[in-house]
Amino acid sequence: MAAQPVIETQSLTKRYGTTTAVDDLSLTIKAGEIFGFLGPNGSGKTTTLLMLLGLTEATSGSATVAGFNPTKEAIKVKRMVGYIPENIGFYEDMNGIENLRFIARLNSIPDETSSPKIDEALERVGLKDDAFKKVAAFSRGMRQRLAIAEILIKEPQIAFLDEPTLGLDPEGTTLIIDYIKSLSREHHITILLSSHDLTQVQRIADRIGIMIHGKLIAEGPLKKLAHEKLGVEDKEISLDEVYMKYFQEVSA
Amino acid sequence: MNGINAIVRKELADHFSSYRFIILFALIAMVSLITTYMVGMGLKEELAGVAKPSFVFLMLFTSTGPLFSLVQFVAFFGPLIGLVLGFDSINRERSTGTLSKLASQPIYRDAIINGKFLSGVVTISIMLVSILLVVTGLGLTLIGVVPGVEEVWRLIIYLVISIFYIAFWLGISILFSILFRGIATSALATLAIWIFFSFFISMGATVVANAVVPIDQTNQDNPQVVLKHLKVQRVVSLISPMQLYNDSTAIVIDPTRKTTRSFVLMGPMERLSLSRFNRPLALAQSIYVVIPHIISLIAITVICFGVSYTVFMRQEIRSA
Repeated sequence: MAAQPVIETQSLTKRYGTTTAVDDLSLTIKAGEIFGFLGPNGSGKTTTLLMLLGLTEATSGSATVAGFNPTKEAIKVKRMVGYIPENIGFYEDMNGIENLRFIARLNSIPDETSSPKIDEALERVGLKDDAFKKVAAFSRGMRQRLAIAEILIKEPQIAFLDEPTLGLDPEGTTLIIDYIKSLSREHHITILLSSHDLTQVQRIADRIGIMIHGKLIAEGPLKKLAHEKLGVEDKEISLDEVYMKYFQEVSA
Repeated sequence: MNGINAIVRKELADHFSSYRFIILFALIAMVSLITTYMVGMGLKEELAGVAKPSFVFLMLFTSTGPLFSLVQFVAFFGPLIGLVLGFDSINRERSTGTLSKLASQPIYRDAIINGKFLSGVVTISIMLVSILLVVTGLGLTLIGVVPGVEEVWRLIIYLVISIFYIAFWLGISILFSILFRGIATSALATLAIWIFFSFFISMGATVVANAVVPIDQTNQDNPQVVLKHLKVQRVVSLISPMQLYNDSTAIVIDPTRKTTRSFVLMGPMERLSLSRFNRPLALAQSIYVVIPHIISLIAITVICFGVSYTVFMRQEIRSA
C-alpha cells in the first residue's frame, strides 16, 4: 500500500504563558497506520491532539490533517476525524441509542440512515442488551465501548484516541485494544493512540512516538527504537524497557 | 445549520423532561391560576353596577387582588425561570466531559451556545404562552367579558416584552455558566444577581440619591432639591432590568396609565392635562411612552448574550 501522509506537522509549538506545552513538533503519520503516542502526564500529548483538531490554536508552526488546515478549516477536519477525549463524557440522562443518535445528527447523518448503523455499532461493541439503559448506569468499560461505537457511526478517516484504556480492568483493556485494531484493519481508519499502557501499545502500534516535556524525543517502529537505544535486534524486547531508557535519559 | 438543529432538539427534550422545569411550571401555573381566580372574583363584584366598563379583560392582569397582580408576579418570578434554565448549561457539559466531545464534532462552535440560548428562549415562550392562554380561559369564564382586539394586541406585546425580559436572565445565567466552572458557584451567583436587582437596587437608589442630593432639615422644603433627589433615585433604579420591565409592561397592559413617572416628577402642564383628559391611551401612544424602556430591555438582552458568546468563543475547551 502506497501510504501517503494524512497528518503532517511542521515545527508545531504551543505555549501557555511561559510554559511550552508542545515544543517544535514535526511529525508525519501515514494513512492506515496505528501510531502509538507515549509520554508521561502533562507531556503535551493532549495539547497536540487538540491542535490537530483545531480546538486549540498553535502558537507557531503548521499542521495538515487529511489535507486541511485545522485552524482555518476546522469543520472539514472535524468531519474527517473522530475524537475520543480522555474521560469521555456522555449525556447521563439519555440511553446509549439516544447518545449515538445525537452524535449522528451533529454529523448531519439523517435518522433513517443512522438507525441501522447505531444498531450495528452497538452490536459490534457488545452493548446491544444495554442499549436502552441510561448511560448513568454504564460502567467505565461500557462507556469506552460506547465511545468506540461513536467512532463506528461517524466513520471518520482518522481517529484520535486519548487514553482509551485508562482505568479499565485487564479484560476491558484487551477488549478496547481489539476494537481499536479492528477499526484500523476492517475500517481502514488511521489511528493516533495516546496511552500509558505500554504493553498494549506494543501489541498494536505500527509506529511509536515518545513525547517528554513537549518534545518528541523518539519516533519510529519499536524495532528501530530498540536498536537505537539498547543496541539490540532482539524481537523479545519490550516497549517498557525502551521507554524507561528514553525517560531516564531526559530526566538525567 | 444542522448542528444548531440537533442541539436545539436535544436541549428542548432535556428541558421538558427535567424535574426542574416541571416543578417550575407547576408552581407558576398554580400561582397564576389562584391569582386569576381571586382577581376575577374581585372584579366581578366591583363591576357589578358599572354600566360600560372598558378594558375589563386587561384588569385581570393588572389588578392586585389580595396579594399581587399577575404582571407583578411575572416581573418578580420570571427571572427565576431564565436563571433556572441556564445556570448550568455550559459548565455541566464541561464537568461531564461532553463539551469537548461536542466541540470535536463538525459543527461551528457558536452552534453550541446559540442552540442553548435558542432552546431556552423557546422553552420560555412556550411556558409563557401556555400560562397566558390558561389564564385567559379561566378569566373568560370568570368575568364573562370577551377581550377586544386592542386588548389582545396589548397582551401579545406584553408577552413579547416578557420573553425578552426572561431571555435577559437566561443570558445572564448562561454567561455565569461559562465564567464559573462550578455548577454550585454559578447557581449562587445567578441567585445573588437576582436578589440584588429585586431587593437591593431600590435601597441602593436611595443611598445614591442621599449621597448626591442630600436632603436634611435645611432644604427639605425646597421643591427643587426634593425633585432632584427623586430624579437621581429614579435614574439609579432604571439600571435594574426589573424596573425597565415593570415600567414598560405597566404602560403597555394598562391603557389608563400615561406615564412611567410618579406624580411628583411631573411639570404643571402635564399634571393639568393628566387630570383633564382621562380617556385611555391608544395602543400606539402607550407604546410610544415606553419605547425607550423596551429598546433598553432588548438592548441589554442582546448585549448580555453577546458577552456570553464572545467569552465562550475565546475560551479554551479542554477535556479536564
